[in-house]
Amino acid sequence: MKADPAGVLTGTHFLDGDQACCEGALAAGCRFAAGYPITPSTEIVERFAQRAPQVGGMFIQMEDELAASIAIQGAVWAGAKAFTVTSGPGFSLMMEHIGFAAMTETPCVVVDVQRGGPSTGLPTLPGQGDIMQARWGSHGDYEIIALVPSSPQECFELTLDAFNLAERYRVPALVLMDECVGHMTEKVVIPPAQEIEIVPRRYTARPPADYQPFEPGPDGVPEMVRAGDGYRIHVTGMTHDQRGYPEVSAEAQQRLVERLVAKIRGHAERIARVEETWTQDADIIVVAYGITARVALRGVEMARERGVAAGLLRPVVVWPFPEKRVRELAARARAFVVVEMNYGQVALEVERVVAGRAPTVLVPHAGGTVHPPEEILAAILAQAPAREVAR
Amino acid sequence: MLAAQASMSAIEIQIGGFGGQGVILAGLTLGRGLALYEDYHVSLTQSFGPEARGSACSVQLIVSDAPILYPYLSRPDVLVTLSQEAFRRFAPQVREGGRLLVEETLVRPEGVRPDLRLWAVPATRLAEELGRKIVLNMVVVGFFAAVTGLLRPESARRAVSESVPLGTEALNLAAFEKGYACGVSRLAAAGAETAFRPLPLTGRS
Repeated sequence: MKADPAGVLTGTHFLDGDQACCEGALAAGCRFAAGYPITPSTEIVERFAQRAPQVGGMFIQMEDELAASIAIQGAVWAGAKAFTVTSGPGFSLMMEHIGFAAMTETPCVVVDVQRGGPSTGLPTLPGQGDIMQARWGSHGDYEIIALVPSSPQECFELTLDAFNLAERYRVPALVLMDECVGHMTEKVVIPPAQEIEIVPRRYTARPPADYQPFEPGPDGVPEMVRAGDGYRIHVTGMTHDQRGYPEVSAEAQQRLVERLVAKIRGHAERIARVEETWTQDADIIVVAYGITARVALRGVEMARERGVAAGLLRPVVVWPFPEKRVRELAARARAFVVVEMNYGQVALEVERVVAGRAPTVLVPHAGGTVHPPEEILAAILAQAPAREVAR
Repeated sequence: MLAAQASMSAIEIQIGGFGGQGVILAGLTLGRGLALYEDYHVSLTQSFGPEARGSACSVQLIVSDAPILYPYLSRPDVLVTLSQEAFRRFAPQVREGGRLLVEETLVRPEGVRPDLRLWAVPATRLAEELGRKIVLNMVVVGFFAAVTGLLRPESARRAVSESVPLGTEALNLAAFEKGYACGVSRLAAAGAETAFRPLPLTGRS
């Protein structure tokens, strides 16, 4: 279906990434946000609180991040599309309910505008230290989807995509921004509503007598109903059967967890998304995402100017990880250089997938600012064959 | 879509002053004009620390004919200062041969390097002539447009109208015109040309 024009601010704008993220949510049909505002994500809900009443939506400032991250799930079961936004410390507090959303298959979006951590860290400066937390932060086994924008334009586009993916697979979808893209202002183009594809909620067409709320469809994803529509539903964080009733047994656990994992892993290659620059003939594959991908591309350019065949692989969707593409490149790459604003998170994934076929080198940064491109260049040159390096 | 910058030609701009002077809004206005109505690639970053809440604050713009990869300022080609503190902190960083724009009643430009071209605007006085000192930032935007030549006045006017609070457009446009006229006359009096010719742009409207 197409987007509801009421929420789509069609036109060419000069917006920061936070504002663009808010517009992405509104364009996706999100009409409910709950939050406990925290720098550098505050501008997202500040704008949502102003814009939502104009389109029949609502923002509630909750008492903390636990409340915000569960209030949106109540709204979802009542029929709304909903999201919450946060940063580092708040993201940690939301982990409990991200797991609840995964367990109850509640389609929702959580935006984390990453700042330097750990703990309170650097509230007004960027970091990329939450990548693994996004993947593994809640207890137990589950899968989520996470997207990583590199610009305000992508903050709009990928927030919209996150809502669509959340509905398609009934999972929490995470948008992992960073303070730099969140607070940077650039041109943002928002297309007309009729050009925006929206994945509607997967409501059942079955009558109440034939419906079980957690009976998987052929793709492993169950159909939903709205609370109050006359269906018997029970939604619990406990291990449950297809009716949604708690079932404390190894068999029920196996069935449920296997399906929660398989519905994403089984579609991983369809969900995974990368952008590549100059990788066709590259000896050295630089892997970077978010704001770091832009700086890394500058490093790749500088390497090319020196005759070194470097290319950039940018995961746009970081979870599920683009294993297939990394494996293909590993068959012929001389080395992988992973540039990230942390001390090695995606680098571990690259290393795992490359599996020893090429060295994987990490160019870490503790956050607070972006890498100097010269540092990235130096890491590339260190992996280049001596004949290529024309200094 | 990230695109590689083949032949980068970028200009860096910094505006500094006190929180509350409208420094950020001046930057957003110029950025909007340059990005939307001159079709440059523009990345704007701003101070978000405690300085944004009352002490020295600044806004940075990178303006380029190619996608901007490194988001932060290296050294400004044009520095605009609305406070002595901003002048003291930022003026030493201006690139060789750069332009320095100052609010002449708020900044005493001491020890300006000989390679820099200095332009002074009585923005406070011009804003007071309109009865509202608060619009001195839009006087500065007009003066900037005139002496740098980076954006056409009609692009800047559109950006002013779209950037200021609803209902204050006429006042802010009047402030812009005062600053623009001041810039044009000071440029002529000095027998100088605008600081920049438009960057070579592909597909510029």
